[in-house]
Amino acid sequence: MQVTITVNGQQRTDDVEPRLLLAHYLRETCGLKATNIGCDTTSCGACTVIVDGLSVKSCTVLAASADGATVTTLEGLAGPDGELHPMQAAFRSEHGLQCGFCTPGMVMAAIGVLSDNPDPSDREVREGLEGNLCRCTGYHNIVRAVRTAAQAGPSAGQVPA
Amino acid sequence: MSIMGTRVVRTEDPLFLTRGATYTDDLVDDRLAGALHATFVRSQVAHGRLLSVDASAAREAPGVVAVYTAEDIDLDPLPAGLPMVPPAMQRPWLARDTVRFVGDLVAVVLTEERYQGEDAAELVAVDIDPLPAVVTTADAATDKVLLFPEAGTNVMATFGEPAPANFFDGCEVVVTQPIVNQRVAAVPLETRATAAAWGEDGRVTIWCTNQGAQQAKGEIAGWLGLDPAQVRLITPDVGGGFGAKIGADPEYAFVAWLAKQAGRPVRWSESRSENLVGMLQGRAQDQVVTIGGRRDGTVEAYSLQIDQDAGAYPRVGLVLPTLTMLMTSAVYAFPKVHSYARALATNTTSIGAYRGAGRPEATAAVERALDAFAAEIGMDPAEVRRKNLIPKFDEPYTTKSGATYDTGDYTAALDRVLQAAGYDELRAEQARRRERGDDRQLGLGMSVYVEITGADTGFGAAESASLEVHPDGTATVLTGTSPHGQGHATTWAMLASEQLGIPVEKITVIHGDTDRIPRGGGTMGSRSLQQGGAAVHKAAIELVDLAKQRAAEVLEADPNDLEVDLASAGISVRGTPGTGVTFAQLAEKEPLLVNTRFEAAGPTFPFGAHLAVVEVDVESGKAELVRLVAVDDAGTIVNPLLAEGQRHGGYAQGVAQALLEEVLYDADGNPQTSTLADYPFVSATELPSFELVDMVTPTPVNPLGAKGIGEAGTIGSTPAVHNAVVDAVSHLGVRHIDMPCTPMRVWRAIQHAQQGGAN
Repeated sequence: MQVTITVNGQQRTDDVEPRLLLAHYLRETCGLKATNIGCDTTSCGACTVIVDGLSVKSCTVLAASADGATVTTLEGLAGPDGELHPMQAAFRSEHGLQCGFCTPGMVMAAIGVLSDNPDPSDREVREGLEGNLCRCTGYHNIVRAVRTAAQAGPSAGQVPA
Repeated sequence: MSIMGTRVVRTEDPLFLTRGATYTDDLVDDRLAGALHATFVRSQVAHGRLLSVDASAAREAPGVVAVYTAEDIDLDPLPAGLPMVPPAMQRPWLARDTVRFVGDLVAVVLTEERYQGEDAAELVAVDIDPLPAVVTTADAATDKVLLFPEAGTNVMATFGEPAPANFFDGCEVVVTQPIVNQRVAAVPLETRATAAAWGEDGRVTIWCTNQGAQQAKGEIAGWLGLDPAQVRLITPDVGGGFGAKIGADPEYAFVAWLAKQAGRPVRWSESRSENLVGMLQGRAQDQVVTIGGRRDGTVEAYSLQIDQDAGAYPRVGLVLPTLTMLMTSAVYAFPKVHSYARALATNTTSIGAYRGAGRPEATAAVERALDAFAAEIGMDPAEVRRKNLIPKFDEPYTTKSGATYDTGDYTAALDRVLQAAGYDELRAEQARRRERGDDRQLGLGMSVYVEITGADTGFGAAESASLEVHPDGTATVLTGTSPHGQGHATTWAMLASEQLGIPVEKITVIHGDTDRIPRGGGTMGSRSLQQGGAAVHKAAIELVDLAKQRAAEVLEADPNDLEVDLASAGISVRGTPGTGVTFAQLAEKEPLLVNTRFEAAGPTFPFGAHLAVVEVDVESGKAELVRLVAVDDAGTIVNPLLAEGQRHGGYAQGVAQALLEEVLYDADGNPQTSTLADYPFVSATELPSFELVDMVTPTPVNPLGAKGIGEAGTIGSTPAVHNAVVDAVSHLGVRHIDMPCTPMRVWRAIQHAQQGGAN
């Protein structure tokens, strides 16, 4: 079947199997490999992307059901001149990543957290990120990164149009 | 100003944060064009006779190129590996007559596309006649059901002898406590993945997610009967390892063999449920500790008995008790220490290394034993520790269990952490809550630990490094270590920059390619900085010497009158900076390159102390960690930002073992935790932010003064949190709770104690 999806600002039309997961569509069909798959049960959140303004786990969404949607992945965050999104910059400055596997999903989920609540407490950040697992950082620096990004203002909770 | 000891942000991060790292499953490479996908069919039965494997329907399925069962394989079985293991305990590539754990390999399907592989694997009909499963070490030890009947026993190996009967004679108090150090899963977020492609030159290139390319290459070549020169192994970015990605996995070698058979490249990337039954797991020791001494708090004798669950087939897990035994004395000057271990086969996933690998088990045992002893004599656990700690030492100290520690000051570590936490006030608060009979009781738990890192027992004491400065002023470091999140690209660049003056961002660090780096020990056992980093440091010094010799000719000066000019990244005449020649200029004439090897004089022994504060709801049994205060003394710190990150990650894993994590099997050997919906992986909500206290005791063992830091957090935090939970309910009569301290376990312990039972 045919789907038309706007991915990181570019509209594209592809022929896909009806059962194809959005995560695999992004990785294999679009060649956007930042979005990772870490579990089969929507538990780890490594595949989190932003679909029509909401952070969602792309391993539970069919590409078919994203027909007509606007999707932003990690690759779509930085500016055209390479300028990091405030959330990317905060993850770097606070050492909020180690192996990097959870990072794309974590960054997208963190943007979702600030989108809902621009000035969260530590506890609110932790609750907002509960669906995203990290094995390396102990979450300590991820929480700091989200708080640091919040100081950059409302842009930290938004993705580029 | 020196760059050493500064918080340099990682040079690898901009790419990781904008395009993502390149893990094995992300590879886009011409050599992998047209790759087939491998899908393994695994046993759903823990122990049974394999009656038949019918692949006929699968062979007809869309996209299927081939299906292999045991009868299609002409490879020798995987060797039992170690001399002490009965030779009959070898693993076939695909199960032939018997399956021995849920996850055992039965068949493999090669398809054009990944989804087709999942479909076709479902069509392979596997007929198994179940046998009784051996799930616990206690069952295994009876030898009533044998995994390998030809071996005549389930015992893979024994280490030492049981303690003599009179070992505790003369002690006023003797406390014996069985302790379960439960089986946990490493769960790197990147599951296992590999890809293999054969070239026309008869060489195979294997990409896989691994902590040490050179070791994995050697194992794969050996298993497949290849000349090592035929194998190139590349580890791209690796999404976490935690010990479980040490060495080759049979699947990696198998995929390389399949690529040869198919005449096409082959890729494999496992699902999480496959990972949770197929990847090596950790810990899994059933221990009995006995501690004896005087009522004044002096411990006179300590013994540790270990039954190591090794899983279905012999892997590195079976020798981990030897590390536990080496570290039995821990931080204490006990006059008599004894240990003994057995490794037993069970119908479960094989055990391997997991963060700390054998050492956390030693610390967990002794720290629990000390609390049990303190409770028995009615003394504060901090006081009992102070009475028995090895006093501060600057000269090597050899323990009763045979380890020679480099430097240590354990009392200072304990005192600092108690002071930072406000221990006395916390005890007062605990007393108030007990007095009031609050629902939420406070528990304080501590641990003092020492670990062995960079040991040459299996980890490798030597490491290679090469360093080249290019005519454009950039430099390249090749290292035999193999980062998977630790940030070597940044830290190794700092070590070179410190000597050369070349900025960190102009230094590229390359790792994990056996054609470019033939020698290397990989990243494991917290060895990287003290051995790989020290090798880079040495290479940079040697490069300076080489540059001075070359510069002497250019500048027509005596080499003894020359010095490094960090500001210009070159060599200048002493006292006249800026007048010399840069490394880049020297490299224009001929390559400016050194290859070196650093061999450490011995392992190092980082140490520390942790204090955990928990609140336990005595009505529900739920324990919540509210504070973790930690001293982790790893000697000289090169990059505090990254060292702190290692500590945080370690705490999370250690806390999770104490409170949550456990791989569970039912009585028939069926895994109960084979997805992340079932396996209680710790999330951000279960953890507080951590309170780090600094302490630096350099080691003389290497020129950096650095000890390992990667596993420290895990080792110290588990017993601290475990002790805190028991402490929170000790006034109700509870003496011990096995990990993980889940609400159900804690609640049951309280009920049991209140009914007058002993725990």
